[in-house]
Amino acid sequence: MPTIQEIQTQIIEDFSFLPEWDERYAYLIELGQKSPPLDEKYRIDDNLVRGCQSQVWLARECRQGVVYLQTDSDSLIVKGLAALLLQVFSGQQASAIRQADLHFFTEIGLNQHLSSQRTNGLMAMVEEIKSFAAQCAD
Amino acid sequence: MTIDIQKIRADFTILHTQVYGKPLVYLDNAATTQKPQVVIDAIVDYYTRYNSNIHRAAHHLANLATEAHEAARKTVQRYINAEHNHEIIFTRGTTESINLVAYSFGEAFVNPGDEVIFTMMEHHSNFVPWQMMCERRGATYHVVPFDERGDLRLDILENLLNERTRLVAFNHVSNSLGTVNPAKKIIQMAHQAGAIVLVDAAQAVQHVDHDVRALDADFYAFSGHKIYGPTGIGVLYGKEALLEAMPPYQSGGEMIEQVAVEKTTFNKLPFKFEAGTPNIVGPIGLAAAIDYLTSFNFDEIVAHEDAVLEYGRKKLLEIDGLKIYGNGKKHTSIIPFNIDGVHHYDLGTLLDTRGVAVRTGHHCTQPIMTTLCIEGNVRASLALYNTEEDIDVLVDSIRQVLKLLGR
Repeated sequence: MPTIQEIQTQIIEDFSFLPEWDERYAYLIELGQKSPPLDEKYRIDDNLVRGCQSQVWLARECRQGVVYLQTDSDSLIVKGLAALLLQVFSGQQASAIRQADLHFFTEIGLNQHLSSQRTNGLMAMVEEIKSFAAQCAD
Repeated sequence: MTIDIQKIRADFTILHTQVYGKPLVYLDNAATTQKPQVVIDAIVDYYTRYNSNIHRAAHHLANLATEAHEAARKTVQRYINAEHNHEIIFTRGTTESINLVAYSFGEAFVNPGDEVIFTMMEHHSNFVPWQMMCERRGATYHVVPFDERGDLRLDILENLLNERTRLVAFNHVSNSLGTVNPAKKIIQMAHQAGAIVLVDAAQAVQHVDHDVRALDADFYAFSGHKIYGPTGIGVLYGKEALLEAMPPYQSGGEMIEQVAVEKTTFNKLPFKFEAGTPNIVGPIGLAAAIDYLTSFNFDEIVAHEDAVLEYGRKKLLEIDGLKIYGNGKKHTSIIPFNIDGVHHYDLGTLLDTRGVAVRTGHHCTQPIMTTLCIEGNVRASLALYNTEEDIDVLVDSIRQVLKLLGR
């Protein structure tokens, strides 16, 4: 399993081949379309991270100090962004998630989706993952 | 048409900037309008030449600043045709204007068992303050629904009005549906029942109508930044007798007459409601914006905006699966829409990368979204500088986005 840092580096490299905004978003939309819908049993209010504009579901699981995540969203772009977050965090040691410096969104020019707390629930999702990792590591 | 839109566009430098390497097409005017150069110049001139605190010091700069600030009050008074300039209270914006009334009018006139009426198409800022006031005063409230086209159910309003109704609050124009409500009629109905009326004119004062005496509004609220002026300045108009009878909203400097340990007496109108050092430059910028707007014939502005609106509605409806939400009898400047199978956030994000600025989400009107059974939508909103070319770019961009989304 590559480290959080290595995965972020890989994502940044992948996006460097997509200089146009349309290409980046087309890639995100494809990621969103390809990522499997969340099983109905996880589509519950407890897993709902509410944003002002879109909703994200986040299913969390902790097994022997490792965090496993599944996600879904009604917006394809948010679902694609959430899929990237999962690539980085799901299957990682909880202790590594707690210490992780999440910087790839800024480097691929998509930080606007994280920076506004009122927009899409993505920032809230990052906080949820970190807080879950803290519990899982204990 | 004699107004020259290209000449007007030249007054707004920001309209000629680029975003993501594309020329900006600004269609988020219901959120805030851009400012003409004369407004920016008035603000710079204030800070460059005569910045000073007002109403107290005896020095030269203070006199200049006080004169400009109070002249701005008269500009607002003329624009909305108020009888007295002390009926113009400067606030931070529409939200604060409404909160002021909800507090001070509530304290003076609303008692347990009394009733307040507002509508399902209000911005949260003309909804929540009344809920809170009713809770504080032991009063109850009723909410007037709107029909499937986006028109208020005046028959239900008629039934709700009674001798216990203390106040009716409604927006002249819905920020989320674009419906122009029959303000004069609603005010007459409320007055017949003996109720006082507050008009939220945030989306009307620059597009539809701005005469408080023709409407016979008791309270009238709007924001500077939606009428080409700066942010942080708003207006509350209130009829003199009502304002006189209401207690202060906040206390501190400016609003007092005499302060003693035993008792403090309050300053006269409008200062009674303007505690603390005010936003001095805000009204100066707002007055510059009003002077700019009134340098054109208002009817011609309305005709131009309505023409672009109708063109926009027609062109948008040519897109497969596109649904427009506001279809009231009379509407203005605002086009709320969704496209089947496309999330509004995705559409808004991808329009942004094409230089097209629209608003997506619930537009601070969750009760409207609940009524429409949607999470949110895309809202294109116009101002006097928008053109049919802007609409063409919007429509072309939507078609490109739909392709990108594989539709």
